[in-house]
Amino acid sequence: MIRALHPIKPKLVVIGNGMAGARFLEDLLAADPDRFEITVFGDEPYGNYNRILLSNVLNGTQDAKEIFLNPLSWYEENGITLHAGQRVTRIDREAKTVWAGDFGVEYDYLVVATGSKPFVPPIPGTTLHGVFVFRTLDDCRHIADYAQNCTSAVVIGGGLLGLEAAKGLMTHNVAVTVVEMAPWLMSVQLDEAGGKVLGDTIANLGITAKTGASTKELTGHSSVTGVKFGDGSEIAADMVVISAGIRPNVDLAKECGIACERAIVVDDQMRTNDSAVFAVGECVQHRGMIYGLVAPLWEQTKVLAKVLSGVDTAAAYTGSKIATKLKVMGVELASMGRIADLKPTDEVVQFSEPARNVYWKAIIRDGKVSAACLLGDLGPADDLMRMFQANMPVPDRRLELFFSANSAGKETSLADLPDSHQVCDCNGVCKGTIVAAIRAGKCTVPAVGKATRAGTGCGSCKKMVKGLIEAVAGGVKADPSEGWYVAAVPLDKPTLVAEVKKRRLRSVSAVLAELGTGEDEKSKNGLASMLKGLWGKEYLDERDARYINDRVHANIQNDGTFSVIPRMYGGVTTADDLIKIGEVAKKYAVRMVKVTGGQRIDLLGITKEDLPKVWADLGMPSGHAYTKALRTVKTCVGSEFCRYGTNDSTTLGIALERRYQGFEFPAKVKLGVSGCPRNCAESTVKDVGIVATEGGEWEISVGGAAGAHVRKSDVLCRVKTQDEAMRIIGRFLIYYRDNAKWLERTYDFAPRVGLDKLKDILVNDALGIGAELDAEVDKTAAAYVDPWLERDEPVFAGQFESERRVPLPVLA
Amino acid sequence: MSVALASAVQFVPVCALADLPVGLGRSFDIGGQSVAVFRTRAGRVFATANRCPHKGGPLADGMLAGEQVVCPYHAFRFQADTGECDQSNVCAVTTYPVEVAGDTVSVGVPA
Repeated sequence: MIRALHPIKPKLVVIGNGMAGARFLEDLLAADPDRFEITVFGDEPYGNYNRILLSNVLNGTQDAKEIFLNPLSWYEENGITLHAGQRVTRIDREAKTVWAGDFGVEYDYLVVATGSKPFVPPIPGTTLHGVFVFRTLDDCRHIADYAQNCTSAVVIGGGLLGLEAAKGLMTHNVAVTVVEMAPWLMSVQLDEAGGKVLGDTIANLGITAKTGASTKELTGHSSVTGVKFGDGSEIAADMVVISAGIRPNVDLAKECGIACERAIVVDDQMRTNDSAVFAVGECVQHRGMIYGLVAPLWEQTKVLAKVLSGVDTAAAYTGSKIATKLKVMGVELASMGRIADLKPTDEVVQFSEPARNVYWKAIIRDGKVSAACLLGDLGPADDLMRMFQANMPVPDRRLELFFSANSAGKETSLADLPDSHQVCDCNGVCKGTIVAAIRAGKCTVPAVGKATRAGTGCGSCKKMVKGLIEAVAGGVKADPSEGWYVAAVPLDKPTLVAEVKKRRLRSVSAVLAELGTGEDEKSKNGLASMLKGLWGKEYLDERDARYINDRVHANIQNDGTFSVIPRMYGGVTTADDLIKIGEVAKKYAVRMVKVTGGQRIDLLGITKEDLPKVWADLGMPSGHAYTKALRTVKTCVGSEFCRYGTNDSTTLGIALERRYQGFEFPAKVKLGVSGCPRNCAESTVKDVGIVATEGGEWEISVGGAAGAHVRKSDVLCRVKTQDEAMRIIGRFLIYYRDNAKWLERTYDFAPRVGLDKLKDILVNDALGIGAELDAEVDKTAAAYVDPWLERDEPVFAGQFESERRVPLPVLA
Repeated sequence: MSVALASAVQFVPVCALADLPVGLGRSFDIGGQSVAVFRTRAGRVFATANRCPHKGGPLADGMLAGEQVVCPYHAFRFQADTGECDQSNVCAVTTYPVEVAGDTVSVGVPA
C-alpha cells in the first residue's frame, strides 16, 4: 500500500456563499488556514456581496460592484474551491456527499448556510409580470429596469426592507404606496406611537402608507395593474414589490432528515442533530430564536469557526441581544429588544417632542433595559445600548436614561471617545483599530474599510470614519474627476475643446494618445460625439469608438436582436407609409410592432443581417432612436384640424425635425410642439418645448423632462413667427451640444447654466455669438447623411453580418 | 501553458485578418461554440466565448477598452488574456488561444 505523501486533510463543504457562509470562512481561515480542504457552493452566479447595501444599489447611491465583499481571487488565494451559480440539490448523509445535480462532493464536515428567501403570500396574482421580490442583486436590477416604464408602485410590507425598497423606488420616479398588515409601520421595532411618527415623516417625503390592510389579490392580465384588499378596496399599480418578510431556506436540510422546526435546529456549538453537520446564519433556529440581522450571524460564525478549527471546541453561542441603529427614509432609528414584549410589571419611560418628530421609549424590567426604541434623535442611544447589551442596572432617577450628564443634547466629540468605543456596530470595529489603520496610511473611507471592515456593513458609520480620518490625518481627498468631460481625459470641456483644436486632433484615438490617461468605452463614446460636432466633415470617424447601437444604427435588445424606428416627421404619416411598414413587418415576421411614446412605429426583433434589407424595403430615413441625438418632435394636430388650435403645430414640428435630424448631442434630445395652451403634445416636459399662445405667438421653453426625472421646462422667450422659433431653438441646441458634459441631459444643463444666462446668450445675444451659433446650425444640417444609407455599402468588415459558421475540420 | 492542455487544442482557421475590423470584434460559430474574436487598435488578436456570463450579452458586439472587452448589455468588463471580469466576483469568460499566420486567423478550440 502506498502512503500519501501529505496527510489528507478533512473535507469541509459549505452550502451557501452569502453573508453568513463567507463570513464563517473568513473566521475559520483566521483561526486555522490549513485545517480543511474547503469547497463552497453558492446559488448566485457571483462571489459574495453585502446584501445590507442592496437598497443603495436600488436607489442608485452605490454601484453594484461596490458592494462585493470577497473577490473571486480571494477564494483562489485561500485554496477554496467555489462553485458559484450551482445550486445544491441533495445531501446524502449516509454517503456524506453533497449533490448539485449530477455533480457530487464528499464531506467530513458540512456547514449549511442557506440563508432565507423572501416570503410570498399565497394570494392570486403574484406570478404576474411586474411583481418582484427584493432579495438579490438581480432583483435590484430587474426592479430598476421595470420601474423605468412605471408611474405607480405598491410595496407590500411596511417593515425595514419594505421601506428601503420604497425609498429606492422613489428615486426611479414612481409614486409609491407602502401596504402594511399591522396597524403601523415597522411593527417589530416600533410601538404604535413610534410607528405614527415614522408614518408622518415618510408622508412628508411623498410616500403613501396604507396600514392595517391585508392584501387579497394582485390584479392584471399578463402584467400587474392593481392591488385588491380584504376590505374590497383597490388601488392601481404598474408594479408591485413584495417584502412581506423572509423564511429560512430549510428544504435541503429537511429532505435529508436534519431536525428542523421553523428553521434548522442547532445547539450552542451550531451543530445539528447530525454531529457532522453544522448550520449558521438566517437558516438557523437557536434556543427558539431565528435572527435576520447581521450582528447575531457574525457572533454565530465566530463560535462555529472556533468549534470546527479546534481552537475551542467548547465555544458556545448563547444567543444575541438584538440592538440596531438604522436610518430609514432619512429618519434616524435605534431599536433594542422587542418593544411589543410588555408585561404588566414593566416600567415604561417615554419622551416625545412632536414638533421635531422625536420619540423615545424604554421598557425597564427588573431594573434593567429590556427593550427600547428611539426615533428622530439618537442622543441617548449609545448609552442605552451599552446598558442593554451589558445588562447593566438603570439609573434610579429614570429620566437619566435619556438625559444623563453625558448625553443631554451635547454631541460627544470623536476625540473624547475612548479607543474601546465601538464605531462600526455591524463588524464590531472599535475606534482604536480604525485610528491605527489611519496612522498606517489608510486615509480614505474605502481604504479604512478594506483594512478594518469598518463601514462595510450597513455603512451608517462611514461619517464617523471620515471624521476620524480628518481628525487623525487632517483631511479626506476630494475627487477631481467631477469636472472632466469624460473620465479618460483629465480636462474640463472648454479646456479639452481648446486643446483638441490647437493640436488638430480629429480622431478619438488621437485624443486618447495625446491627452488621455486611460481608455474606457464611455469616454470613447463621449469623445466621438464631441469630435464629430467639432470637426464636422473633417472628423476622422473611427467605428471602434462607437457603441454597438451607433455602429449598426439600431437599438440592441436583450436577445441580441435590434429595433428599427424609421423617422415619422412630427408624428405625421401617410396611408402608403403605414402600408409599407405593415408589409415590411410581415415580410420579416417582426415579433412586435409597437407605437412609441414619441409618435413613431417601432419594429422589434430584427436580426443584424436583416437590418440593411429592412431599411431598404422601408425606404425611410433613420429615426435615430438608438443614439444620443435628436429623437422625436412630438406634435398635436393643431390649427389644421383642431377646433381649439391657434397655431399650425404640425407644420412647425415637421420643419424642426427635418432641420435638426441627425444632430448629435451629449444626450438624447426630444422636442414637442403644441398648437394651443392645452399642450396636448406635452411640450413642457420636453428638452425643447414649443406651445402656441392664445395670441398666436410661440412660447419656447427648455430643460423639461418626463423620464426618471420629471421637470417642467423653463420658458426662454416668446416669438411671433415659425422662422424665429426655428432660429432660437437652433441656437439652444448648438449651445447645449458644445457646452454640456457628456450624458448631461438638458434638464440638468439648463438649470446648471441658469435661465437668465441662457436668455442673455440665446435671445439677447449678449455674448455676440448668435451668428456663430446660427452658422454652426447650417454647417451641421449640411453635414447630415441618413446613416441607414450605409445599407448599400457597409463601412467595416462584418458590420451587418451575423455570426459566421466555421465547421470543425475533420481530423485525419 | 502546460503540454497536456496545448495538445488538447485544435487550431481552426476562422477568417482573414482583414475580416476583423480594427478595434472591434466579430463572432464565429466554431463547430457549435460561439466565439468572439477581437482585434485591438494595437494589433493584438484575441478570442473569448461570445456569451457574457452575466446575462448572455453578445460580447462580439461590445467595445474594447484597452485589453478589455466591455459587454454591450450591462458594461461588465472582461480581460483579454485571462477572461477575468474586472468587477471582481462575476465569473470569468472562457478565453481561446489565437494564432495569426500570414493573413489567416486561427482559433484554438478543444479538440
